Amino acid sequence: MRYSQKGMATVPNKSTGAQKESQQGFVYLPLIAGWLVPGAGHFLLRKWGRGALLAASIFGMFVMGIAMQGKLYSGAHDILDILGLAGDLGNGMLYIVSRMMGLGADQVQVTTADYGTRFIVVAGLLNVIAAVDAHNLRTGRKA
Amino acid sequence: MFRPSHFAAVVLFAMFASVVFGITQRETPRRMVHYGAYCFVLFVGSAILLSWVMFLIAR
Repeated sequence: MRYSQKGMATVPNKSTGAQKESQQGFVYLPLIAGWLVPGAGHFLLRKWGRGALLAASIFGMFVMGIAMQGKLYSGAHDILDILGLAGDLGNGMLYIVSRMMGLGADQVQVTTADYGTRFIVVAGLLNVIAAVDAHNLRTGRKA
Repeated sequence: MFRPSHFAAVVLFAMFASVVFGITQRETPRRMVHYGAYCFVLFVGSAILLSWVMFLIAR
């Protein structure tokens, strides 16, 4: 019995070729860029629409948190402060620039400031999710 | 200073979080929109439901 191998070997070769191509270069660049600047990881991968929506959402949430006089965590005095600081650091350059400009309240005194503090922390966590998504797109794990 | 009501804050939070969830958790644009809308409804709906539960407990 004779088997024809025509077409069988070409498909796996194509996919491994594409996989190899997607692994070339510094694969962590979209992850780092996306963490530092919201949406930048997707922009690097030419996903303009997704990047713009992510940037607008994360930047909007952070700015609204600041506008509500939300607190920017600066030190780790107890476990809740450590968790808040970890969330805030997810904002990357937004957090660093805001700290340098002295934005955000030192003490939460009104209810809206408490909402603002949560907005800032969640913006940081969403930015981490977006940066990991950019990394997955870069490695080919996500289409 | 920006002072939204509690409900306005919930809607803003749900909108921003749903956009990010939709884009990052699904692959095709159509499924992204559907999942984002689903998350938005769940965020706002659960906030309204829990508010009523707390209101009835507090009475």
